[in-house]
Amino acid sequence: MNRLLRDRRAMFGGGVLIVVVAAALAAPLVSRAEVAGQPDIVAERFLPPLATDPRGGIHPLGTDRFGRDVWTRLVYGARISLGVGALAVLLAIAIGLAVGALAGYWRGPVRTLLLAFTDVALALPRVVLLLLLAALWRPSAALVILVLGLTGWMSVARLVQGEVRSLAARPFVEGARALGISRLRILWRHILPNALTPVIVAAALGIGNAIMLEAGLSFLGLGVQPPTPSWGNMIASGRDTLVNAPWVAAAPGLALVLVVVACTLLGDALQDALDPTRGSRAPPAP
Amino acid sequence: MLAALARRAATGLAVVAGVVTLTFFLLRLAPGDPVELLLGPAATPAQIAAQRHALAFDRPLATQYAAWLGRFARGEWGTSIATGRPVRALLGEAVPATLELVGLSLMLSYLLGVAVGAVQATAHPRVDTALSIATVTLFAVPGYWLGLMLVMVFTYWAQALPAFGRAGLDGDLLAGGPWLVDRLRHLMLPLATLTLIGIGGIARFVRGAMRDVVGQPFVRSAQAKGLAPFAVVWRHIARNALIPVAILLGLSFPALFSGGVFVEFVFAWPGVGRRLVEAVLARDYPVVMAATAVSALLVVAGNVLADGLVAWIDPRIRHRSEGA
Repeated sequence: MNRLLRDRRAMFGGGVLIVVVAAALAAPLVSRAEVAGQPDIVAERFLPPLATDPRGGIHPLGTDRFGRDVWTRLVYGARISLGVGALAVLLAIAIGLAVGALAGYWRGPVRTLLLAFTDVALALPRVVLLLLLAALWRPSAALVILVLGLTGWMSVARLVQGEVRSLAARPFVEGARALGISRLRILWRHILPNALTPVIVAAALGIGNAIMLEAGLSFLGLGVQPPTPSWGNMIASGRDTLVNAPWVAAAPGLALVLVVVACTLLGDALQDALDPTRGSRAPPAP
Repeated sequence: MLAALARRAATGLAVVAGVVTLTFFLLRLAPGDPVELLLGPAATPAQIAAQRHALAFDRPLATQYAAWLGRFARGEWGTSIATGRPVRALLGEAVPATLELVGLSLMLSYLLGVAVGAVQATAHPRVDTALSIATVTLFAVPGYWLGLMLVMVFTYWAQALPAFGRAGLDGDLLAGGPWLVDRLRHLMLPLATLTLIGIGGIARFVRGAMRDVVGQPFVRSAQAKGLAPFAVVWRHIARNALIPVAILLGLSFPALFSGGVFVEFVFAWPGVGRRLVEAVLARDYPVVMAATAVSALLVVAGNVLADGLVAWIDPRIRHRSEGA
């Protein structure tokens, strides 16, 4: 923990995430306009950043083509984007932990089968699968979470499997078994808690990735549907107005980059702090 | 080594078969009917039934699958439901476009990414930090957004480069030099988008891999015997650090292809990714199936190639697999 507090990457990443999450939670307090409200389209659309509308309200990031305040949509969109990203990663970790623990702890055909399945799933082009799944059912935030979770668990499963396998050979596990503790209980109480380190790192890096993919799906119109704001569909809606209102697409993109950078830096710092023996290890493959 | 490659190729084919089977059943399980989309809301139930029969959608799923698999393996990929064109022709046009964009970007991002990573691993800590900030940011930028921003700057503001497609409207009439210039101008923005993001990820990885090597004893002895710093970096450090980088090459194929899908979509680049997105949106089953299979095949082929490359770079791996 001390190592983490001294790490500038962790401080920056953690700080940015805390501010963004706080802004998302306090969205009604830090913004004034309604999310989907369209007060006066003709007079208030495409106002540039920092402009005031005829009613005297300030728009720090301007307005979009319906006269909606971009800042307000950005903070409400953060709720969707961060929420979807976090839940998707939780789902992926739950599946990955289950598969990895089973494959690591039970030898024989179970392991072979699960590992083969994991390898095949890992070799699939993820976006192709995402497109298929997301396009075939009615788009919604829940579907995006499900789809990202179902296509994101493989690397966690591999990490957990390796960790569980090496832990299962340790003396304390043998001791627990000699005491007559059931295998499931040994796995749950003694092995898994010790196997969580790489999972935490994978989670930090995975959230950034999940947020980016959610935005990508919403950008293609296969994710969160307008008028509910998500950073991806905000970028998509700014696509047609790049010439006269570039801020509509630029603002959510910059927010996205900032959050993903924060997650990556935090993940890197966590990795170094939790596993000091490895020193500066190569980051996971992009 | 050949036996090991053959084994990898067999696993790769199994992956492709798995992808194809999964896609087939997912498509049929999903709601949404291509026949209703094809005939429109005014179609009578009788017309729909007739069309379903014509496309064999009224037969049992297992029969459809077996029949489809047989035809697919023989290379009869059917006709696109949405456009009425043969699927083979549609994808035949798309594959070269994707290979051109993704292949060039792969080469450029590895060249530049390895160079940046090598500089980072050996340069002054200040330079390293500055480059780290740059690469981590590039790594975090979504391709479709970076593409839009480049379009905004270079197409709308500077009015220097085209933003859509692979060739201009008069592309078919050009020849020789002007033809090449037209193609290159269209390639510029999508290639820059994909490459910039690629550099971010690769440089981060190369930096880590090289720093792992820098700390090892043989580097110190190379320095101790008075070799020039350049020779130490390129002959001793880079050579060892390139092994994980070559492994990364195989691993990064799916990611690169995925990135390509979004970039192709933004720039209306007529590749496999764009075809796939269009076909998925139109429930164009035959095109979705074939495009998915082709994507999986490209990714798997990339993986096998990268495995061969690793064995070629690292004699230890080559000999181990020969012994096995």
